[in-house]
Amino acid sequence: MAGFVRLIGVTKRFGDVTAVNNLNYEIGKGECFSMLGPSGCGKTTTLRMVAGFEDLTEGAVWVGDQLFSSPAKNHYTPPEKRNFGMVFQAFAVWPHLSVYENVAFPLRIRKLSESEIDQRTMDALKATNLVSAKDQSPDYLSGGGKQRVALARALAINPDVMLLDEPLSSLDPHLREEMRFEIKDLQMKYGFSIIYVTHDQSEAMALSDRILVMKLGVVQQIDTPLNIYNNPANKFVFSFIGLSNFLAVNQDGGSAQLPGGVPLPAGVTVPEHLAGESVVSWASRPSEIDFLPADDPTGLHGVVNRKAFLGEIIDYQIQVGEQTLRVQKGRRDPGPEPGENCALRFLRPFWYRENE
Amino acid sequence: MNTKSSFGVAQVILFLSIAILVIVVAFPVLLILFNAFWVEDHFNFSGAIDILKEPETFKALMNSLIIAGMSTIGSTIVGTFFAWLVTRTDMPHKRFMKSMFLVPFMLPSFIGAMAWKILLSPNAGFINRFFMDHLGFDGPIFNLYSYYGISAVEVMYLFPFVFIQVCGALERMDPTLEESARISGAGLFTITRKITIPLVLPSILSGALLIMLYSMAHFGTVAVLGIENGIYNIPVLIYERIHQSGGSFESIRTGTVLATVLVISAACIIWAQRKILGSGHYQIIGGKSFRPMELKLRGLKYPLMFFCFAYIAFTIVLPTVVIFLVGGLSTYGLSFTPENLSLDNFKFILFEYDVTRDAIFNSVTLGLTAAIITMFAGVMISYVIVKMDVKGKGILEFLGMLPFSVPGSVIALGVILAWSGQFGINLYNTVWIILVAYIARYMAFSLKANSAALEQVHDSLVEASRACGATMWQSLKDIVLPLVKPGMFAAFFLIFLPSLRELTVSIMLYAPTTRTIGVAIYTLNEDGETVISCALAAIALIIIIVGQTVINHFTKKESE
Repeated sequence: MAGFVRLIGVTKRFGDVTAVNNLNYEIGKGECFSMLGPSGCGKTTTLRMVAGFEDLTEGAVWVGDQLFSSPAKNHYTPPEKRNFGMVFQAFAVWPHLSVYENVAFPLRIRKLSESEIDQRTMDALKATNLVSAKDQSPDYLSGGGKQRVALARALAINPDVMLLDEPLSSLDPHLREEMRFEIKDLQMKYGFSIIYVTHDQSEAMALSDRILVMKLGVVQQIDTPLNIYNNPANKFVFSFIGLSNFLAVNQDGGSAQLPGGVPLPAGVTVPEHLAGESVVSWASRPSEIDFLPADDPTGLHGVVNRKAFLGEIIDYQIQVGEQTLRVQKGRRDPGPEPGENCALRFLRPFWYRENE
Repeated sequence: MNTKSSFGVAQVILFLSIAILVIVVAFPVLLILFNAFWVEDHFNFSGAIDILKEPETFKALMNSLIIAGMSTIGSTIVGTFFAWLVTRTDMPHKRFMKSMFLVPFMLPSFIGAMAWKILLSPNAGFINRFFMDHLGFDGPIFNLYSYYGISAVEVMYLFPFVFIQVCGALERMDPTLEESARISGAGLFTITRKITIPLVLPSILSGALLIMLYSMAHFGTVAVLGIENGIYNIPVLIYERIHQSGGSFESIRTGTVLATVLVISAACIIWAQRKILGSGHYQIIGGKSFRPMELKLRGLKYPLMFFCFAYIAFTIVLPTVVIFLVGGLSTYGLSFTPENLSLDNFKFILFEYDVTRDAIFNSVTLGLTAAIITMFAGVMISYVIVKMDVKGKGILEFLGMLPFSVPGSVIALGVILAWSGQFGINLYNTVWIILVAYIARYMAFSLKANSAALEQVHDSLVEASRACGATMWQSLKDIVLPLVKPGMFAAFFLIFLPSLRELTVSIMLYAPTTRTIGVAIYTLNEDGETVISCALAAIALIIIIVGQTVINHFTKKESE
């Protein structure tokens, strides 16, 4: 996909702190691209640099063939000239204007004719199901309604790129899921690109064509949701997406065992490239673990601490030497009872350095 | 369960609260209304109107409106402009300027008026003399003894009411409200005009109404500057009538009618303010906040900075310096040379002159006593209003609004009517009458600070304590009181410091031995003892500024 929005070597420093470090990526036209990471990882700062609210310390931002920001060339296009649509976490709809006037605002700024303003405003209101509320003050709308007004306002100018800064995190959980699909539908209809900032992995997974995972200003992985889940680039990405278990494994010369004197199961070895580490991390997902017969030598041996029935699934806590891990099985699978010995097989294990 | 005893406690607290407000505020105000309309055993409304039609009273009414109107408009423009400058632009030294713009809050405006009289009185003022003697002007460049002069001086001391409200609104406002306008394509000027100003309009208006309320009932500035040209407003006329006629029936009646006008206008203003704050106060406080964007002033950056510095130097530093310098002169009219300046006046008023010594003692003891009593009464009353659910609370809520809408000169007149012996107790000419008036006057501050603190204390905290086995009293003592302590401290200082410079109430109530600092400064100045009154004013300023600094330091630590 040809890059429509391009970030080249984008870096942001606040004093001694590097908030965003040498970020490079391209987003295609009509693509939905998410930036995902824990709070303080630099994702919002990056979005604000794209929007033009923050200056870059180094690097450049291009959209199409237009250069928007480049400290090296001393070039900076202010946000009001970038023609983006943007939706903020706290809605940011103006309480002193009606819903209609909120949406018409960017069109009035562009000094369009009255008939065109009316037509485009009504189109945006229809697309967001707000026509009946058009003369109200947005103060009387629910959180979801306010966020729809913000979306309609961003849609009205028919932008090429839509910037969404945690747009759903002020909403109730069930509303969040609904709005997620509304955003996706609007994108299908209008064909804009989305840069979406969130700390909620399921939101990113559901919406995105590609996800960027960030930690402390540094990119960890850029990939499709499926690949991020199935082939995490490192321990951080593995832990951030989905549920995860990490078991420490001590290596001493040629032998490896888990703390508490638990040997590795027969046939399991630490990969070559980690042979030099004294402690490595053995990663698994709770849903990708099978129970073997308790005396099976190819299984990892442990004792069931706790068994919790969660409806569709049963959640186990297993004591393995000095460590515990979590296993989730469907409710129809018969499993061991608390206090019983068990043996485990990891279906898709990953091996990482202990500290990365 | 022990519901019976807690029910009893609630009733006792409610009864005490109502009693305090009735005795201190409601009764005096009712007496004013009664005296204004009840003549010779029957209700007489047209008589009150006739009094308002008398040329003198009508003029006082008009003057109050004119001066309050001009001061309000001026202060609103000045306050909003400076608030915008220090919160939304890249002007250098913003923080310093913000703290300087709040200084007039603690300076008594009648002392400022005295300083401006020294600087700008038409024939003797230093600045006017300088222009006439050295620059060849034929007459004074500015006539301070005019509506413009009086309003200008009031603006200098009242604009912080708008400034602080607008600053607060601009600082708390969610910056994404402006950012979303920016991403919509609006430039900073358009955003300021179409988004920022409309969103803070309720704060601007509510600050403006406060100024209106204050200015209409304000005694000091008009009394000091208006006397030469015969400009007087309602409080000044009430004061003159009561003082000159020794409490005759006619003068009391005129006073009560004028006071009624003040009460009614105050009630209207408070009503309008509540309406604006209630209906139009938008939810503009945001979630995660980045620094709000700053308008780049570019070419105007340094001119505006110098303008602000000049404003601060001219309206805040200059008058203060003049008060100190004149206070150091041996005789008024001498030039400010080292041989003419000394600390003798200060020594004299602090250690030798009994009038000023008594005044300082009176003000400090009155301030402390009033602050302590009002602080505790305020906690109790706020507790009933905010937290308790008892029958008859509605009456208390209504009574609790009264202190906010009764101006100082009305309170003074009311306590004269109530405590001069007609009802068995005669406190007139004693310090006690001033104390009662102070308590009434500052009850509003205490209620505000304490109810704000109490609203932060969630009901479940007390419920949890009761669930742990504590009684109502134990819960109050161990849970509620420690949590509202900051509010109580705030109330104490909000009362103690202003009472040190109080003039409007004490001027109506003082006797020869019960002068307060404000009264002493004012009367000495009226008697032509300019240097002594300036020296006392200087000492008052030192006490106030030191006190304020200590509090700022203290509250900063508390909030950190």
